[in-house]
Amino acid sequence: MADEPKHIVTSFEADLKRLRDMIAGMGGLVERAVADAATALLEHDPDFATRVVEADPRIDAEERAVEQFAVQLLALRQPVADDLRQVVSALKVITDLERIGDYAANIAKRSLVINRVASNFALSSLGQMALLVQQNLKSSIDAVGEADPQKAVMVWRADQMVDDLYNTIFRELITYMMEDARSITACTHLLFIAKNLERIGDHSTNIAELTYYAVTGEVLPDFRPKGDQTSAYVHTTTKGSA
Amino acid sequence: MEIASHQMSETGLPPGLNLPPSDGTPRVSIRNLNFYYGATHALKNVSIDYADRKTTAMIGPSGCGKSTLLRVLNRMYDLYPGQRAEGEVLMGADNIISPNQDLNQLRRRVGMVFQKPTPFPKSIYENVVFGVRLHEKLSKSDMDDRVEWALTRAALWGEVKDRLNTSAIGLSGGQQQRLCIARSIAVRPEVLLLDEPTSALDPISTLKIEELVDELKRDFTIIIVTHNMQQAGRCADTVAFFYLGELVEVGPATQIFTAPRERRTQEYITGRFG
Repeated sequence: MADEPKHIVTSFEADLKRLRDMIAGMGGLVERAVADAATALLEHDPDFATRVVEADPRIDAEERAVEQFAVQLLALRQPVADDLRQVVSALKVITDLERIGDYAANIAKRSLVINRVASNFALSSLGQMALLVQQNLKSSIDAVGEADPQKAVMVWRADQMVDDLYNTIFRELITYMMEDARSITACTHLLFIAKNLERIGDHSTNIAELTYYAVTGEVLPDFRPKGDQTSAYVHTTTKGSA
Repeated sequence: MEIASHQMSETGLPPGLNLPPSDGTPRVSIRNLNFYYGATHALKNVSIDYADRKTTAMIGPSGCGKSTLLRVLNRMYDLYPGQRAEGEVLMGADNIISPNQDLNQLRRRVGMVFQKPTPFPKSIYENVVFGVRLHEKLSKSDMDDRVEWALTRAALWGEVKDRLNTSAIGLSGGQQQRLCIARSIAVRPEVLLLDEPTSALDPISTLKIEELVDELKRDFTIIIVTHNMQQAGRCADTVAFFYLGELVEVGPATQIFTAPRERRTQEYITGRFG
């Protein structure tokens, strides 16, 4: 959209830019929250966890501010075509960002429990997953800011890897729980953390899809690379045992 | 404030005049239309279909040719020397721009309402029957029925039924415009051309005309020229964007206003037009 001619009404152009800036600002807060939650978990640092939990109301406030501004734009400017798609997708993107913030806060809270019950647990796969999720989140937010449909498609495709990792972690944690019932508390929390990360990945994908539509006017195909197979998981290793 | 009469939907065409349901054939089909004001090439190779009993809005900046196209559709340009049209404008089997076309007949088939209300300085009744008298011989009671029908369809009957013999000039702007619509539809045209019919009206009168357009398309094929994008979005099934005498894009209103295919359309409707 950068190479487009400017709107005749300068203040409308400024409003649209402000909307993009507001989303970028909210996106920054959310990225920070996910990064801090990952640090809280992987470095066992309760200060980071506290920071994430405390940042959540700010994210919520930011969401309300963007929503209010977008509604105002719709009412006063009556945008059409790409302008309309931009405002409508902004309204939906902030919902996804807000949910991502919630998941980050949940990870942070659970990290405090992990610190108490399983501070020596190997977290390398979760670390890898957290890293991948953060990359995708960043790319999806960049795609919004740069109005870049290619970047959006990249995120949309990359979510498959997040799902694959989640499946691996899921099986890994089931195995731990079977081996040692005392690890169930920790593993359950870790499982929820993995699920939270996986959901963050899904919401990043939503943001990418919305951005693709906002920029191109076309909808990405219904088929999305989806790899979370755990909802169909049946434990079968007991087969044959008495 | 005027009270709109919303009973109009109960009143269709008079018995025996109902059109068969639309079979999807366009009411008007334009093929390779070129129009010249002297040496100025005002419409360039325009081809477009106007769907039967649908509303088509024509949008575009001033001078893009949309009003010229309306003038072609009822041969108004014939009144001016040096203006000529080439190509085909088909209504059924007739090419209406051919020199053999009977103009009186054409103007019965194609009604037109202008930007500013143009009531004749006559009574309300006389305004409505003016065109009917040219084309039909009706008894007094049939004529009265036709007047009531046309005014009802134009959502004006309730407001004027007790003063049909008073001057039309005494009506408000919005009422005058609805009277002009009543006058146009009284001859039961196939096509109704509206050239910025609300640009001189207040917002409420504007909405009444838009409601009317929505209602009238049950019986008439409506072609409306408007500078108001929201109006095109509200009223039209199909939107056609013209620029510099060319038809740039035509499509369903929902598509044009959410995801236009052509960059020039997008730039125009979003207000990024150089």
